[in-house]
Amino acid sequence: MSAVVAEHDDHHDHHDHGPEKGILRWIITTNHKDIGTLYLVFALIMFFVGGTMALIIRSELFEPGLQFVDPNFFNSMTTMHALVMVFGAVMPAFVGLANWMIPMMIGAPDMALPRMNNMSFWMLVAGVLLLASTLFMEGGAPAAGWTLYPPLVLQTGKAFPFAIFSVHMLGISSIMGAINVIATIFNMRAPGMTLMKMPLFVWTWLITAFLLIAIMPVFAGAVTMLLTDRFFDTSFFDAAGGGDPVLYQHIFWFFGHPEVYVMILPTFGVASTIIPVFARKPLFGYASMVYATGAIAFLSFIVWAHHMFTVGLPVAGELYFMYATMLIAIPTGVKVFNWTATMWKGSMTFETPMLFSIAFVVLFTMGGFTGLMMSVAPSDFQYHDTYFIVAHFHYTLVPASIFILMAAGYYWLPKWTGNMYNEKIGQLHFWLSAISVNILFFPQHFLGLAGMPRRIPDYAIQFADWNMVSSIGAFIYGFSQLLFVYIVIDTIRGGTGKVTAEVWEDAGKHSLEWTVPSPAPYHTFTTPPEIIPTEHF
Amino acid sequence: MSTHGAYYIPHKAVWPVLATAGLMLMLAGFANHLNGSAIGSGMMLTGFVAFLVMLGLWFALQSTESESGMYNHGVGISYRMGMMWFIFSEVMFFAVFFGALWYARNISIPHLGEGGMLSGPGRSTHDVLWPAFQAVWPTNGPGNVGGEFEPMGAFGLPFINTLLLLSSGVTCTWAHHGLLAKNRDQLIKGLLATVGLGFLFVAFQATEYYEAYHEMGLTLGSGIYGSTFFMLTGFHGFHVCVGAIILSVVLFRSWKGHFTPENHFAFEAAAWYWHFVDVVWLGLFIFVYIM
Ligand code: HEM
Ligand SMILES: [Cu+2]
Repeated sequence: MSAVVAEHDDHHDHHDHGPEKGILRWIITTNHKDIGTLYLVFALIMFFVGGTMALIIRSELFEPGLQFVDPNFFNSMTTMHALVMVFGAVMPAFVGLANWMIPMMIGAPDMALPRMNNMSFWMLVAGVLLLASTLFMEGGAPAAGWTLYPPLVLQTGKAFPFAIFSVHMLGISSIMGAINVIATIFNMRAPGMTLMKMPLFVWTWLITAFLLIAIMPVFAGAVTMLLTDRFFDTSFFDAAGGGDPVLYQHIFWFFGHPEVYVMILPTFGVASTIIPVFARKPLFGYASMVYATGAIAFLSFIVWAHHMFTVGLPVAGELYFMYATMLIAIPTGVKVFNWTATMWKGSMTFETPMLFSIAFVVLFTMGGFTGLMMSVAPSDFQYHDTYFIVAHFHYTLVPASIFILMAAGYYWLPKWTGNMYNEKIGQLHFWLSAISVNILFFPQHFLGLAGMPRRIPDYAIQFADWNMVSSIGAFIYGFSQLLFVYIVIDTIRGGTGKVTAEVWEDAGKHSLEWTVPSPAPYHTFTTPPEIIPTEHF
Repeated sequence: MSTHGAYYIPHKAVWPVLATAGLMLMLAGFANHLNGSAIGSGMMLTGFVAFLVMLGLWFALQSTESESGMYNHGVGISYRMGMMWFIFSEVMFFAVFFGALWYARNISIPHLGEGGMLSGPGRSTHDVLWPAFQAVWPTNGPGNVGGEFEPMGAFGLPFINTLLLLSSGVTCTWAHHGLLAKNRDQLIKGLLATVGLGFLFVAFQATEYYEAYHEMGLTLGSGIYGSTFFMLTGFHGFHVCVGAIILSVVLFRSWKGHFTPENHFAFEAAAWYWHFVDVVWLGLFIFVYIM
């Protein structure tokens, strides 16, 4: 970032309306802050819905043998947990942050297409409602895994078409949200806010939005083929008719791999926004961060079959996808080194957002390393479909995406509410999370290497100890997240007192949102701020 | 490039949320219908109508606002970007089905047939399950799924349809030139021709489908050939219908005297969409019909 604000004109002309009164405000709102709040609150609720499912899974796995739930319901839980977390919690949370922060970071009065913005939120709700309704249907919720592989998924009961249409609605929602982000960033920047002055959060979201527009239609196409295979006699995934179930896997992972980057790129963006503020240094290697993000996004389209090493690809394919996947470690490594270099010799302080961000850098790197291990095709024959991969992606998602979402919450809550959160409880939340997340997921590496398959309700006796440890970690982790809810509510109600516009020391030098009052007024930057370049930031 | 100052920010909108509710009702109805529930089709229809009405009212509002000069240049740019990226998402959607066709012809069929292009498990499927199956195209697979059929030739109706759609692209551009030259007559005639050609295309395609089902034994259930043929051409036909309806609205608005050489986003969006549909058809004609 190399921009500061010279002066900020806070005048509101007579066009400015405040919010509507009552519940209708939230239903028909087109205000980016309202919609951002809706997304964030919705995501938080879904985080607990998905979390409850995870705890059902971990209760069943606490001991060998079938304890609480029947196997089909167990499989529904693994499937629904993943779908709810991916499409209901992590993605919407980042869209919420995008809505709140992007216009404020680039000096825009709102998102470019406010009515469509409203629609994308409600599409999300509708999609999740359709998905949730399947829990109560004959035959149970989808149980074939979040990847919805045929032919297994075609055996789903009444839930099947609802799950498919839910994916369609979620896809429309994401595409509309992504289009809005792109139009906002390209068209609404304040004069002087050149692309290479944008905070990295904005950059990473711009690239994420491209990914979303490219992949959500692909997923929609894949599930449409599932639908017609089941109900309209097509043979896309049926060898008897000349199709191939492996075709589904190719299409799904062409979507699926970029999809995991949809969840991690904005994470990188927030981390790159928070770390410099608390290290009191400009971000190290700003331009290289931008290029690395672009490189990761590009590579994400050409590595999908690393999820399919064991389906019987030709050797040339195995080799290609192995080396291409390994390449991703390079731009990812650039990022990790840049974060570290940003902290190097900085005058660091360790408020809750920074704690979560540092833990992110360390623990995400762990997830990256296991990814690298699995990218080695012959080794992946051992790891595939075991708890090792469960450990891998949970390290990249929980102590990475979720930790950074928490960091973002602590970092921007004062701006959103005008009040300071309770730092003591925040730190307690951090330490409980950071310790328990490792109790929860680290043993899963051992389980996987020892051969415990994923997606099973019961297991051989030799896996008992580490499963018990993992389940204990899960309950500590799950319940400590309630602290976050408490802190959010407490902060909205006043927290530990009012904050200034800048909140964090010198934050205004890093990004524009710290130049408007706290809480941020309903409309910001109705007249654009003036941005002048400075030497250091 | 400053789009600030007069950038129009609407303050509330009921149509988006109502349209979403309509769409959800429609899809829930469709799902119920597929599950064999009697209420399904009614729900679906109600939802569909609600969705269309809400979208219609939304677009009517946009059009009124646009005509009353509330949108400046910056708003227009946002709309154009929105349309561009929406079309890109549609391109990706069609790409999946083209990809499936490519995969079937180059990977799964050769695998299932003798001497697959690649070694691997496809071979054993062939040896164990269908040793008699030969890799040919078109095919309904080793299971002869859907029974004997005759593949669709390229140079009957499909060729005529290609000519129709290409000329409609020309008339659409001609109409655009009319709009830019303030030649209202040319604008309306051009649009009329475009819409007419579009609907004629759909009519011919319906005839083609009728013949396929009733005379050639070719159905959606005719193995991978039938699946890819009907899904690709069917989604395309659906897009032609949507495009023609959008163009009809634009025609109606032109007739009411909307649009100026400077301000005619709706026309441009419709035209882009139409050209996109045109290009997809060319792909179809080459990869589905000719090759
Ligand atoms: C250095 C970067 C990474 C590499 C090399 C990598 C590699 C891999 C490989 C090879 C697999 C397949 C394992 C198997 O099925 O046998 C995998 C699975 C997975 N990865 Fe990664 N990964 C990386 C980063 C990430 C990130 C950043 C995320 C998410 C934020 C992620 C999420 C996932 C998920 C969700 C799966 C499992 C999908 C499933 O089968 O359900 N990975 N990864
Ligand atoms: Cu992957």
